[in-house]
Amino acid sequence: MNQPLTLLQKIWNDHVVAQETGSPAVLYVDLHLVHEVTSPQAFAGLRQRRLRVRRPDKTIATADHSIPTHDRSLPITDEMAVRQIKQLEDNCREFGVALYGLGSPHQGIVHVIGPELGFTQPGRTIVCGDSHTSTHGAFGALAFGIGTSEVEHVLATQCLLQRQPKTYQVRIDGRLGPGVSAKDIILALIARIGVGGGTGHVFEYGGEAIGALGMEERMTICNMAIEGGARAGMVAPDDTTFQYLAGRPYAPQGARWDTALARWRQLPTDPGAIYDKSITLDAGALEPMITYGTHPGMGMPITSQVPDPGALSDPTQKAALDKALRYMALQPGHLLLGHPVDVVFIGSCTNSRISDLRLAAQLLRGRRVAPNLRVMVVPGSQEVKRQAEAEGLADVFRAAGAEWREAGCSMCIAMNGDQLLPGQYAVSTSNRNFEGRQGKGGRTFLASPLTAAATALSGTITDPRTLVN
Amino acid sequence: MPQFTTLTSRVAALPVNDVDTDQIIPARFLKATDKAGMGVHLFADWRYAADGSPRADFVLNQPQNQGAQVLLAGGNFGCGSSREHAPWALTGFGFRAVISTSFADIFCSNALKNGLLPVVVDAQTHRALFEMVEELPQMEVTIDLAGQTLALPTGQTVTFPIDGFSKSCLLQGVDELGYILGFEPQIAAYEQARVP
Repeated sequence: MNQPLTLLQKIWNDHVVAQETGSPAVLYVDLHLVHEVTSPQAFAGLRQRRLRVRRPDKTIATADHSIPTHDRSLPITDEMAVRQIKQLEDNCREFGVALYGLGSPHQGIVHVIGPELGFTQPGRTIVCGDSHTSTHGAFGALAFGIGTSEVEHVLATQCLLQRQPKTYQVRIDGRLGPGVSAKDIILALIARIGVGGGTGHVFEYGGEAIGALGMEERMTICNMAIEGGARAGMVAPDDTTFQYLAGRPYAPQGARWDTALARWRQLPTDPGAIYDKSITLDAGALEPMITYGTHPGMGMPITSQVPDPGALSDPTQKAALDKALRYMALQPGHLLLGHPVDVVFIGSCTNSRISDLRLAAQLLRGRRVAPNLRVMVVPGSQEVKRQAEAEGLADVFRAAGAEWREAGCSMCIAMNGDQLLPGQYAVSTSNRNFEGRQGKGGRTFLASPLTAAATALSGTITDPRTLVN
Repeated sequence: MPQFTTLTSRVAALPVNDVDTDQIIPARFLKATDKAGMGVHLFADWRYAADGSPRADFVLNQPQNQGAQVLLAGGNFGCGSSREHAPWALTGFGFRAVISTSFADIFCSNALKNGLLPVVVDAQTHRALFEMVEELPQMEVTIDLAGQTLALPTGQTVTFPIDGFSKSCLLQGVDELGYILGFEPQIAAYEQARVP
């Protein structure tokens, strides 16, 4: 009888090319995703060392961070962005990498297009110079963010030096209540374990509530694993996974599909396998979550009051909360419900897929957003955009008074001109509420697409359960 | 990669936990396509006022910290984005080592590839260091990578962990790519065996 293994251990063992005693493993990478921000210095390194891209057929690129999300027929006015995008185009041409860039019908956020095109598959090792690469773990892949030096390593060798991470089982039992969604699960988890809670580990999410989630919701939960300190998050592949993948352009077809499926079914963690750490949450007890501070761990149920630094005994935690509340200009003990906001942002690699847009549209249909409020809806990809337009969701957003924009990272990272002004408040479906993340001096409340849409209607932070049956 | 052997330096203290890489270098500076010139943007939103002038109360702007090569930071340093621009900004400013109780995984990996040494100390040493710097801002520490020791001005010496492979890369100033390229035959064999 073989030793029972976790999903992570199986994928890991399958990808170790070499391992010398005392050294990290040489780990093979099945899929390398590339974008304009973290790749130029890596391609420059290849040129300097006269190296080629070893497997352009396992490498795909897109432009998502620096590109504007306004009308694509308009020119890009930011000279640096223009240069960066051109650099990506030149690099992809020179090194033979497929680019789904501006003008491509498949352009979009790298973590949206990978799954949508069927490149993201169970059992694969997937990397990208982007911490939200953890998203792809939703398919039972080992997917994690890397730095630019490592981007260069993978381009040159299709391998990385890695030490095997520890495993962290995250069980979500029970069923989510109405108005509560995947985003609330992950915000609740991070609020519980803290932003460093998963350091050195990979989350494996399981339990009844995870099994009941669709693939896009699983992506939301894996996407923010990194905000809990875990470099990767994973969900064991199941029929939901296989149904999502079947027929996607780059998913295996015909006899190769059957072979792949048989292999994928072997991936889930064996009974009796040991995790290094475990936690269990009850989905039925979760409420819609919202952050009040300046990292994703500073979150609470939406009906709660802003915590009081004075109640904390640890001086560093007290100082951190003090600093966060000063930045956010919030008062301890006050409710966030009813707090006015200036912007609602629905988008990002966390929540810009078609199911996210359907949730938001469900609340906005036939209604108007609050006056003097900017509501931006930014689809994750051109494919999502087309789908939303075909379903009439785009019309719902426009009729409600929201901006319907082109695909990209947009105000999640505020590199492309979509940004908050100093002092402005936003409810955002993105993943980071760090100081200045959405624009210098801007203040972010992270929440689900439902909470964002409910807030868009009233202009103040609103519990979506008041609008959802 | 620059070599790291020993370092004796003053210490700039930033007593903030969970410093994310968006603070280390805000995203608007990531449109550059080379590594150089990041140092001036290090901690930009904490370091400069709205008009671009240095904030006198920020640690890196204080006269005693000019030339400090060691940053003493709060726990979970470098969380968030994987941007390697963070270690580029820290080394561009002149830092060679960061001391904390813990580092985020991706930041730690990126730092090691740029000759920036993450020094993990226990909570008690960490607290004591902040107190020492407050009392004696001119104090120096000595880091000896070969011995994995951090010598405090009190004469006390603490050890810190680092994996043997990264340590040897830093001591010799060599990067990992050469090592991986040495496995070309094994990589090719692996690919052959896996052809579906």
